[in-house]
Amino acid sequence: MSGFKTDNKVIAWFDERLPIFSMLQHSAVEYPTPKNLNYWWNFGSLAGLVMVIMIMTGIFLVMNYTPHTTLAFDSVERIMRDVNYGWLLRYVHMNGASMFFILVYIHMFRGLYYGSYKSPREVLWWLGVIILLVMMATAFMGYVLVWGQMSFWGATVITNLFSAFPIVGEAIVTWLWGGFSVDNPTLNRFFSLHYLMPFVLFAVVFLHVWALHTSKSNNPLGIDVKSPQDTIPFHPYYTIKDLFGVGVFMVFFLYFVFFAPNFFGEPDNYIPANPMVTPPHIVPEWYFLPFYAILRAFTQDILFIPAKLQGVIAMFAAIIVLFFLPWLDGSKVRSATFRPLYKQFFWLFLADCVVLGYVGGKPAEGVLITIGQLATAYYFFHFLVLLPILARIEKPKPLPASISAPVLKGGGMAAGATAQPMEKA
Amino acid sequence: MADQALHAQPASTDGQTRRDFLLYATTAVGVVGTGLALWPFVHSMNPAADTLALSTTNVDLGAIQPGQSVTVVWRGKPVFVRRRTPDEIATATKDDGAELRDPSKDADRVKKPEWLIVVGVCTHLGCVPLGQKPADPKGEFGGWFCPCHGSHYDTSGRIRKGPAPANLPVPPYEFTSDTTIRIG
Ligand code: HEM
Ligand code: FES
Repeated sequence: MSGFKTDNKVIAWFDERLPIFSMLQHSAVEYPTPKNLNYWWNFGSLAGLVMVIMIMTGIFLVMNYTPHTTLAFDSVERIMRDVNYGWLLRYVHMNGASMFFILVYIHMFRGLYYGSYKSPREVLWWLGVIILLVMMATAFMGYVLVWGQMSFWGATVITNLFSAFPIVGEAIVTWLWGGFSVDNPTLNRFFSLHYLMPFVLFAVVFLHVWALHTSKSNNPLGIDVKSPQDTIPFHPYYTIKDLFGVGVFMVFFLYFVFFAPNFFGEPDNYIPANPMVTPPHIVPEWYFLPFYAILRAFTQDILFIPAKLQGVIAMFAAIIVLFFLPWLDGSKVRSATFRPLYKQFFWLFLADCVVLGYVGGKPAEGVLITIGQLATAYYFFHFLVLLPILARIEKPKPLPASISAPVLKGGGMAAGATAQPMEKA
Repeated sequence: MADQALHAQPASTDGQTRRDFLLYATTAVGVVGTGLALWPFVHSMNPAADTLALSTTNVDLGAIQPGQSVTVVWRGKPVFVRRRTPDEIATATKDDGAELRDPSKDADRVKKPEWLIVVGVCTHLGCVPLGQKPADPKGEFGGWFCPCHGSHYDTSGRIRKGPAPANLPVPPYEFTSDTTIRIG
C-alpha cells in the first residue's frame, strides 16, 4: 500500500481513516501482473461485469415481478409488453445468464489448460468451484420464477433428485417444496433465494479476487514471476486490454439480446406452468446439459444402490471432483504448453464435455444412451485415472528461465522490448 | 505480575480443569442453543397448516366407464383413477408372478379390483406419465408410459421397465359410498 500518494487533502484525510484509495491503488493500479497474459485472461473480468449486469437488471425486474403461481407468468409477460424497456431488462437478464456461464466455463477451461489450479492457487480454485455452484443454484431458481412449463417441470425434476437419498429423501423434498409438489410456497422461497444468492456470489467473488491478489496471476508459461521485469502494472496495460475485451464481448452479448433473444431459451417456457401435463421432452438450460447427461447415464441398479441414486451422486461428484484437482494432477509443470501428453488429453476432455452436453439435450434413446455412458465414464477417468498417471509418466518440455527470457533471448535486459504481447504460447 | 503468577500456579492443577469444564460446558450450551434457535427457520419451510389442511379430495366415480380413466388433483398432484376392464385386471394379477423391480401383488394395490387409484407422478423424477387419454401411449405393459426418461408402468401401476425405482404409489383413500371415494 506504499505507492499511494495524493495532493488532495480531503482524500488523504479519508484514506488515513479508511484506506480505500490505497487499496484500489494497490490492487487495481500498480498490481504487478505478468506481462505475457493472453486474451484467455480476459474472461474473469468479463464474468465480473456480467455479474454486475445481472444484479442491476434483476433489481429492476423485481419492481414489476410478482412471485405468485397465479400471477408470475402474467407479470413477466407484462414486463415484456407494457413496462417501459421491460423487454430489454428481461432479455438482458435472460441472455446474461447464458453469457455468464459461457464466460465462466471458458475461464475454467483456461485454468485447466494453464494449470492455474496448482500450488499456490488451490484456494483460489476452490473459491472458483464454489462460485460455479452458487451460480448454478441461482440460475436454476431464476428460471423457475418465470413459471412457464419448463420452469415448473425443470423444478419438479431437479428437486425430485433429492428423493433419491434413502430414508430422508422424501422428507427433504417435502421440505424443499413446502408442500407436496412444486407450488406457491416453492415459488416464493425460490424468489427469496434468487434475490439473496447473487449477493452471496458477490461475496465469494470478493474472496476469489482477494486470493488472486495474494497468490498473484498465473500466466501462459505457467512459471513463477522471477523479477519485477517479468511484470507490468495492471493499470494502464491490463485495464485497457480488459476494456477492449468488454467491447468485443458486448457485441456478442447484445447480438443475442437484440437479434436472437430466445436463442438459448425453450419455446415451452412461453406456455404457463401446468402441474397436470408434462411436456414431452424436458430439457434443462443448456449450461446444465453435461451434468444432466451424467445424471441420466445410470440405468442399472448396482447391489442395493438404485440407478437414480447413482445418477444423483455422479452428478454432484462431477463438480466435487474439481475440488481435488490440485492433488489429482501431481505434475509440477503448470502450463499445458510444456506438457505434450496432457495437452492432447485436455482437448479430448473438452470434446468429452461437449459430447455430454449434446447427449444431455437429446431424448435418452438408442445409441445416445451408450454414448452418454461412455462420455460419463471418460469424464471421471480423466480426473481419477489419467491425470495421476500422466503426472508420473509424462516428460515435460524444458521450461524457459523466466517470463522475459524467451522474448529477450538472453534475458534480463532493459524492459523496452517487452511491450510486445506474447500470444497464446 | 508476581500476584498473577501466584494465582496461576494452583490453577494449573485444579483450576485449569475447572476452566476447561466451564469452557466445554459453555460451548456445548452455545452449540445446542444455536441449533434450537435454527429449528424455527428450518421448520418454517415445511408445509404450513393451510397446505396440510388442503389434503383431502373427494371423487365421484359414477360417470366413469370401464376402460376409462380420470385425473384428479390431490395435494397439488395428479391422481389417476382408472376403471379397469376384466382383461386389465387379469393381466395385472397374472403378472404378480413376473419379475418385478418393486414386488407387490395387484390385490394389495386396490380396494376393489375394478378401481385402480394411484398417484400420477413418476417415481423417477416426478413427471406425469402418459396413458390417461385414449390416444396416449400406454407403454409396453398397457398401463402408463413416462416420456421424460422412458419408464413403463403396468395395469397395476407397477414399474416394469425404465429408470424409475418404484411403483406408482397408492394414496390413502376410502370408499365413502359405492360410487364415491375420499383421497387423503
Ligand atoms: C448471479 C446473477 C443472476 C443469475 C445467474 C440469474 C439468472 C436468472 C435466470 C436464468 C432467470 C430466468 C430468465 C428467463 O428465462 O426469463 C432469471 C429470472 C429472474 N431474475 Fe435473475 N439472476 C441473477 C441475479 C438476479 C438478481 C440479483 C435479481 C433481483 C434482485 C434477479 C431477479 C430476477 C427476476 C425477478 C426474474 C424473473 C423475471 C424474468 O424472467 O426475467 N436476478 N434470473
Ligand atoms: S421422470 Fe419418469 S422416467 Fe424420469
